[in-house]
Amino acid sequence: MALAYVLIFLIVGSVLFHFISPWYLTPLASNWSTIDLTLDITFWVTGAVFIAVNVFMVYCVIKFRYNAKKRAEYQPENKKLEWWLTGLTSIGVVAMLTPGLFVWNEFVNVPEEAHVVEAIGQQWHWSFRMPGEDGRFGAVESRYVSDDNPLGMETDDPDGQDDIIIISPNVHLPIDKPVKINLRSKDVLHNFAVAQFRVKMDLVPGLITYLWFTPTKLGMFEILCEELCGVGHHTMRGKVIVDTQEDFDTWLAEQPTYAEVLARPVGDALIGQAQYAVCATCHGAQGEGNLPTHGPKLAGQEAWYLRRQINYFKEGTRGAHPDDQFGQEMAPMAATLFNDAAVENVIAYIETLPDMPAPTTITGNIEKGEKIYNVCGYCHGVDGEGIAALNAPRQAGMSDWYLATQLKNFRNRVRGAHDDDMYGMQMTMMADILQTDERVNDVIAYINTLPRPTEQLSLAAREND
Amino acid sequence: MTYTLIFLAILMAAVVWWLVKQSINVKPWVADSAADAVRTDGVHGLGSYVPLPNIKLGLGVFLAVVTSLFALFVSAYTIRMEYADWRPLLEPNLLWVNTGILVLGSVFLQWAWNAAKRQDRAAIKRGIIGGGICTVAFIIGQLAAWNQLSAAGHFIQSNPANGFFYLITATHALHILGGLFALGKTISRLWQPSSESPEILLGVELCAVYWHYLLAIWLILFALMLNT
Amino acid sequence: MSDVAHDALDFAPPAEVEEMELYHPKTWIGKYVWSQDAKVIAIQYGITAILIGLVALVLSVIMRLQLGFPHTFDFIDPANYLQFVTMHGMIMVIYLLTALFLGGFGNYLIPLMVGARDMVFPYVNMISYWVYLLAVLVLVASIFVPGGSTGAGWTLYPPQAISPGTPGIDGGIILMLVSLVLFIIGFTMGGLNYIVTVLQARTRGMSLMRLPLTVWGIFMATVLALLAFPALFVSAIMMLLDRLVGTSFFMPAMVSLGEQTSYDGGSPLLFQHLFWFFGHPEVYIVALPAFGIVSDLLSTHARKAIFGYRMMVWAIVAIGALSFVVWAHHMYVSGMNPYFGFFFATTTLIIAVPTALKVYNWVLTLWRGNIRLNVPMLFAIGFIFTFINGGLTGLFLGNVTIDLPLSDTYFVVAHFHMVMAVSPILVVFGAIYHWYPKITGRMLNDTLGKIHFWITFLGTYAIYFPMHYLGFEGLPRRYFSYGDTEFMSASSQDLNAAITIAAIIVAFAQIFFLVNLFTSYFRGKLAGPNPWEATTLEWQTADTPPKHGNFGDELPVVYRWAYDYSVPNADLDYIPQNVSPSDLKKPTAGQQGEIEN
Repeated sequence: MALAYVLIFLIVGSVLFHFISPWYLTPLASNWSTIDLTLDITFWVTGAVFIAVNVFMVYCVIKFRYNAKKRAEYQPENKKLEWWLTGLTSIGVVAMLTPGLFVWNEFVNVPEEAHVVEAIGQQWHWSFRMPGEDGRFGAVESRYVSDDNPLGMETDDPDGQDDIIIISPNVHLPIDKPVKINLRSKDVLHNFAVAQFRVKMDLVPGLITYLWFTPTKLGMFEILCEELCGVGHHTMRGKVIVDTQEDFDTWLAEQPTYAEVLARPVGDALIGQAQYAVCATCHGAQGEGNLPTHGPKLAGQEAWYLRRQINYFKEGTRGAHPDDQFGQEMAPMAATLFNDAAVENVIAYIETLPDMPAPTTITGNIEKGEKIYNVCGYCHGVDGEGIAALNAPRQAGMSDWYLATQLKNFRNRVRGAHDDDMYGMQMTMMADILQTDERVNDVIAYINTLPRPTEQLSLAAREND
Repeated sequence: MTYTLIFLAILMAAVVWWLVKQSINVKPWVADSAADAVRTDGVHGLGSYVPLPNIKLGLGVFLAVVTSLFALFVSAYTIRMEYADWRPLLEPNLLWVNTGILVLGSVFLQWAWNAAKRQDRAAIKRGIIGGGICTVAFIIGQLAAWNQLSAAGHFIQSNPANGFFYLITATHALHILGGLFALGKTISRLWQPSSESPEILLGVELCAVYWHYLLAIWLILFALMLNT
Repeated sequence: MSDVAHDALDFAPPAEVEEMELYHPKTWIGKYVWSQDAKVIAIQYGITAILIGLVALVLSVIMRLQLGFPHTFDFIDPANYLQFVTMHGMIMVIYLLTALFLGGFGNYLIPLMVGARDMVFPYVNMISYWVYLLAVLVLVASIFVPGGSTGAGWTLYPPQAISPGTPGIDGGIILMLVSLVLFIIGFTMGGLNYIVTVLQARTRGMSLMRLPLTVWGIFMATVLALLAFPALFVSAIMMLLDRLVGTSFFMPAMVSLGEQTSYDGGSPLLFQHLFWFFGHPEVYIVALPAFGIVSDLLSTHARKAIFGYRMMVWAIVAIGALSFVVWAHHMYVSGMNPYFGFFFATTTLIIAVPTALKVYNWVLTLWRGNIRLNVPMLFAIGFIFTFINGGLTGLFLGNVTIDLPLSDTYFVVAHFHMVMAVSPILVVFGAIYHWYPKITGRMLNDTLGKIHFWITFLGTYAIYFPMHYLGFEGLPRRYFSYGDTEFMSASSQDLNAAITIAAIIVAFAQIFFLVNLFTSYFRGKLAGPNPWEATTLEWQTADTPPKHGNFGDELPVVYRWAYDYSVPNADLDYIPQNVSPSDLKKPTAGQQGEIEN
């Protein structure tokens, strides 16, 4: 009879588990309470069936266990009973399906007053676009996508000039306003999902898909990619920040339009040279890096990465963590670059510095390191050359001791844990595979074997630009 | 997927109809001594029991699988067609000639089948050799059509219609090559004096059915490619 | 009971099926390697499937190690994790379950149960196995090529499956697709055999409505497989062309890792439609044989006729037919036209009705039965419990609205493991405990069997029941780790660790099974021809294990259906299918394996 008792235990246990489980739907933060209601109805119907059928089975197992003196009843079928069961099951199915179809109809038809936001997915991050004052999106094409035009905007389309370009995985939305999210992918399938909003939809390259919801709670909600999109799938995160209308308007005003992006100042290396004097004390006169002053090599690092990190330091996104001693030293230095033009100038100067390979200071097991680097290479390039489209900076030929510090910082959440450092967040999740300092050294030892660009090479590359 | 679904619906309807005939009014729990219930089942036709050779039914099932395969190709073709980059195929005129040759091959095999029913062995030989030659000619013709297309700069990756053309014609030709293998076996049997007539009739019949079927499939595919 | 007058028909005519000529090889290799005997082929299929399945089992443990204890094991990284996920899924669904149910149980049971000497095309049947083995070897080879096996998930969705950013886009995905193509070719050869054998080679008296439900389940699953596998075939070939020669069937214009590609205009959704057009029937290709086998286990060990036989047959057929019109319920959030959702949600919930009826009839078979709780029966009842759970959660996912929050989460993982991994595998175990005595002539050890059952049944429930709740909370599937995801409670990691421990225990419990299989072959208790006192023909063979040709000099003649258990006024509580009503009146001394009641 052990079986019967175990089955009773499982039935009771499952029901109890359901009621006392701390793991259940996250608190709803959108208008889709009807989805939760449909789910509840299904739970009640299926729960009743689960208990009824299993209890009956337990009853049979106890009551009709083998007895050599008895015979089973001979009853090949019972039409009446079968029709009753068919009927009852059909009623249950209709009870579950009908509300489902009504809610789906609501989901498929977007309210007219909904404002539209475009979410663009790519391996492995999000960006966004809003239609601007004219309410129309400018045309986009896959073939226009480049590092300078990550959203593939058609440059001359008048509709596109006032589009708000948000090259960041964080997007703000006003509370209590229905919003339609148009979904577009640049490469593979992705999925836009926010658990608290309940709805999700795939992004399909070549198509524009959509979903809609009305945020009903203020706060920050995580966007997850829920369609397998490659090695970085689990790190493809974004954030929806639901603001009051005033906060939203303030935020929106800070975001550049496409026209403004096109008109961004170009750095002047000559002016930058003067400003670089401050940097040179730690980073070296040629940006070659200096271990004693903890200034990593800058020469040869790409402009987009320098720009982002300088701004992070300025905004306190980076260098604010109490354990990040050298980052804390950098933050006030970055603050001396008081506006965007200054940042661009100094970057322009750094780009003219000779790219000499940094000396290697770290040794480790190169073979083990190569295995680890297999994962790194997906974003940073098989040769560690860095891929701007993936927000992955160059590693080969840069200061290896700095790399080690940063990998440990990522792993220990000293860097990358700030809410605004979404690309750093990705790196924290990846750095988790470097459990020990030994593994950090191994992977850096391998990176030190990668082709180290010489000055000539990088000069030639710059002339081609 | 509409085309595939239509095919499956027809097939499933046939299965269900056949099963209804098997099961309606049957009380499976009733035992009987006669034990003769089996030979009224539908594959063999109702009433009198005519044994259907296993291989014939085997061919029938295989053709159902082949139909499913080509129906899916057609479905994929029509779905893909709706996308913006679709360019209609440049059909080489040679395809018309090839179609004629394939029809002729089918006619030859039908002729051989009729001859086999009359047990006219010389006529079977003529028919089946004629069918074989036409089939080989068809395949050579298809290869020539490929050559013409690629010479005109239409490669498999040039656009989706081309891709489908190469893919579907290759799949069809592979099925025909498989048929030629069976045809070869029948031919070798024909030239063995010891082989018996029923055996030859069966072989010729199976080949003829298969050829007609692949001809029908080709006509559907050809019509599809012409009209899009 | 029959009201036919028996005495007038005392003479039973001999079997009407033509005697087939069997190829009897002389050498050991001819008998056991290049064998054309369906029973040997079945064992070859079975052993190959179980061996490759063990690989997939080990992979699942590795995955669970990462999920339960993230970043503890340095041999798991985000790239090879995806490769493990993909290999695990693909092997389990195709190379283990499909091959084992159809190639293994199908080959062993169909000829025996319908009263045939062998499959109708033994040579083709043999080739079928060798092509399957080749497919398995190609699959294994894909692990060892540069870049390793594909990490695209078992659904192999393009563009991701063949774009940089996914592991194994060089040799891995190519060999995977080639292996699938080979599998389909091999399966088609076997499938033709199963269909034609069931239709043509039934012995005299074996009408369709007397077939055991096992045969019905395998038969209908084979019909589905023959019609559905071409969809996978077509998509595999088209993806190979996209990958190798640069066509754009599925590949859209895209920018891959910052580089423009030469693809243009292809449709990733077309692949998904083709894939799931195969993929959903595939669920039933695995489930229907399990349904059939479990019906026979329940009836035999409850000593009671299966309840509502005709309903059961019709349910199998209805489920089979409907399974072709529900495929897009896997695609509710795929970006396809959302209006399809109405249609597919409706068809999906309709298919729940025949499925539910099957469950009712299984339980009603137990009702007023005389239940022997031996090991196969334990597995059968364990199956019902698990299947009820897995089936009911399917109603959440099939209902398009509820799929919105739950799709792509661990709820899906828990659901399909419950319904199409644990449930069928419990049936596989039950079936092996049930038929092993016929296959080897020896019983499996009861104690080891019970230990194996309890750990497997309770362990898998402990793995998958709580997993649903991780899905409710929103944990996405196919995540290497979920890090500091804000909405996930801190305790969810503890639950993950607990699930991992359960998974490791279950995996190790399979050692009891393997040891039992191995040692019982040499030392098991002799079984005799009919240890379970079952009615179906395989238990009535002259030899145990049956020799090539299955039955002795004459094929059996069938007088009754497969479920004459506890027939009123009969001497025994079972009457084999080949016992004629007139024989029943005489002393039944000739019957073997009887036990006086």
